[in-house]
Amino acid sequence: MSRIKELFRRKNNKILNIYCTAGFPQLDSTLLVMKALQNSGADMIELGMPYSDPLADGNVIQASSAAALANGMTLHRLFQQLRDFRKEIYVPVVLMGYMNPILQYGFERFCADAATAGIDGLILPDLPQYEFETEYGPIIKKYELDFIFLVTPETAEERVKQLDSLSSGFLYAVSSSSTTGNEKDFAAVEIYLNKLWEMHLQNPILVGFGIKDKATFESACKQANGAIIGSAFVKTLAGKKNKDIEAVATDFINTIKE
Amino acid sequence: MISALSSHNQYRGTYQQPNIFGYYGKFGGAFIPEMLHRNVEELKENYINIMAESSFQEEYQQLLRDYVGRPTPLFLAERLNLNHTGAHKINNAIGQVLLAQRLGKKRIIAETGAGQHGVATATVCALKGIECIVYMGVKDIERQAPNVARMKMLGATVIPAASGSQTLKDATNEAIRDWINNPNDTHYVIGSVVGPHPYPDMVARFQSVISEEMRWQLKEKTGSELPTHVVACVGGGSNAAGAFYHFLDDPRVRLIAVEAAGHGIDSGMSAATTQLGKPGILHGSKSLVMQTEDGQVTEPHSISAGLDYPGIGPLHAHLFDSGRGTFLSATDNEALEAAFELSKLEGIIPALESSHALAALKQLKLSSKDTVVLCLSGRGDKDLATYMKAMKK
Repeated sequence: MSRIKELFRRKNNKILNIYCTAGFPQLDSTLLVMKALQNSGADMIELGMPYSDPLADGNVIQASSAAALANGMTLHRLFQQLRDFRKEIYVPVVLMGYMNPILQYGFERFCADAATAGIDGLILPDLPQYEFETEYGPIIKKYELDFIFLVTPETAEERVKQLDSLSSGFLYAVSSSSTTGNEKDFAAVEIYLNKLWEMHLQNPILVGFGIKDKATFESACKQANGAIIGSAFVKTLAGKKNKDIEAVATDFINTIKE
Repeated sequence: MISALSSHNQYRGTYQQPNIFGYYGKFGGAFIPEMLHRNVEELKENYINIMAESSFQEEYQQLLRDYVGRPTPLFLAERLNLNHTGAHKINNAIGQVLLAQRLGKKRIIAETGAGQHGVATATVCALKGIECIVYMGVKDIERQAPNVARMKMLGATVIPAASGSQTLKDATNEAIRDWINNPNDTHYVIGSVVGPHPYPDMVARFQSVISEEMRWQLKEKTGSELPTHVVACVGGGSNAAGAFYHFLDDPRVRLIAVEAAGHGIDSGMSAATTQLGKPGILHGSKSLVMQTEDGQVTEPHSISAGLDYPGIGPLHAHLFDSGRGTFLSATDNEALEAAFELSKLEGIIPALESSHALAALKQLKLSSKDTVVLCLSGRGDKDLATYMKAMKK
């Protein structure tokens, strides 16, 4: 059973998934951040692979990507950093990133290296359904990686069902139509999440975009299995030294879980 | 999945038309996040039908004729520099804004590099009374001040794109992010034959009026049914797509695309994507992309802001890959020389972009039997500062 399935079998509500950018705030911060998140109670980690043109990301994650690239982060370096990470990190880890750097690395080689390192799944927002089904999905399956599609409030019901059937691990529900997301209309978000919930999808649902604190996390968790926090956490890491990471991550998780 | 009843071309595509998934050969597609799916799908489902409606065609053709000033004359070259707003960009801007109105959209966004597409879009929005927001790289705002002023005077809001390299690529990213954040009332008018399917095909169709006019004008003026060569500059490639369009599937016509070599192909300061790029994904389609070994998109260089783009439309990537198109390049200096030469010899001051196409003429081995049509995509008013600097040297 995959690490992600195992997690949801054990715990199916209030799953806290935290996003962090590889190579940020320092080039060698990646493992320190992941360890700090796990030790302070994150259930899952979404590890961002920095890209020069991250279309779906808002300012904070864009800035962290640019900083990571300036630090010298590459996919080669990332897999070096991840070589032994499973000795210390037991929570599920999914990689999030854009297609172009992966194509240059070699898509199959990327999947092979991710699987060997102990990565559990992939979120690739600019890999669409048609290309997934015809070209890339079979490679992802071959290496037994979970693949997580995104759905949004604009995604038609039929399509939600299709994307759910193609996903494994969980389904990523984007809370509102936005890059960074915000909770300006959380009532609408609740209606949308309720609709998703009542579709009885095969995958657990994690809500992302605009989840930034205890209130938004708990609100999202009412009608989903958990939520993903990205920008709000990344913001706290900006400019921090490696020695401060543990304290920063612990403080942040505490404000969500207390 | 593939029905035996569907026509072969639906899945294979031609040079002129991508297959139903938006592929020209290996290039194209729609690599977009789910947040854009509904909007892009809506466009894909409707663009061909709306463009075929007689009321649409009537309004589009009437505006091209009475507002833009088409047909533009064929005088040694197809003179799009005489179009209203100074370049071919308005053909596409009118088409897309009319289409957006029919889709019920109330807000138009666009990206711009040199400012030509931004001005064209702002112009059409002023004419139609629609809100217009143009994203423009911070660096381009500095070097294209007159076009920024034009857009503002036309009532558009110009938003500086401060992310990444602060040029066209980043203005495009910002426009896409705007569209993600405004999924209901907004249409994104992409200015070139780039972006996710159906944009490359839709923009090529709107620009195809260039080669349509070329064909009958050539017949009228020279008696030739076809040119032997069509020459056009390529950044993203919209004027070239329009100039090539009706000749794409006719191998008797040689298609010559001219890229910006900047300081020279190997100088590290170039925008010649077919020479320097590798297959990759940028702005929603698979094409040739200038990038590092690690797949990070690099910043190109050209003296002409309109060619300063690290990608190329998937149609052109396919023309290059298949050998159907001949890809040449001209340096900054060669383009400048050609601009001064045309000005002195013919009394036409060309845009720096078009000057690249002019400069490449010297590289072609032509005989007196050849009929060459060059697409003079824009006029040089916007480049006067650069020309003035060159004159001082």
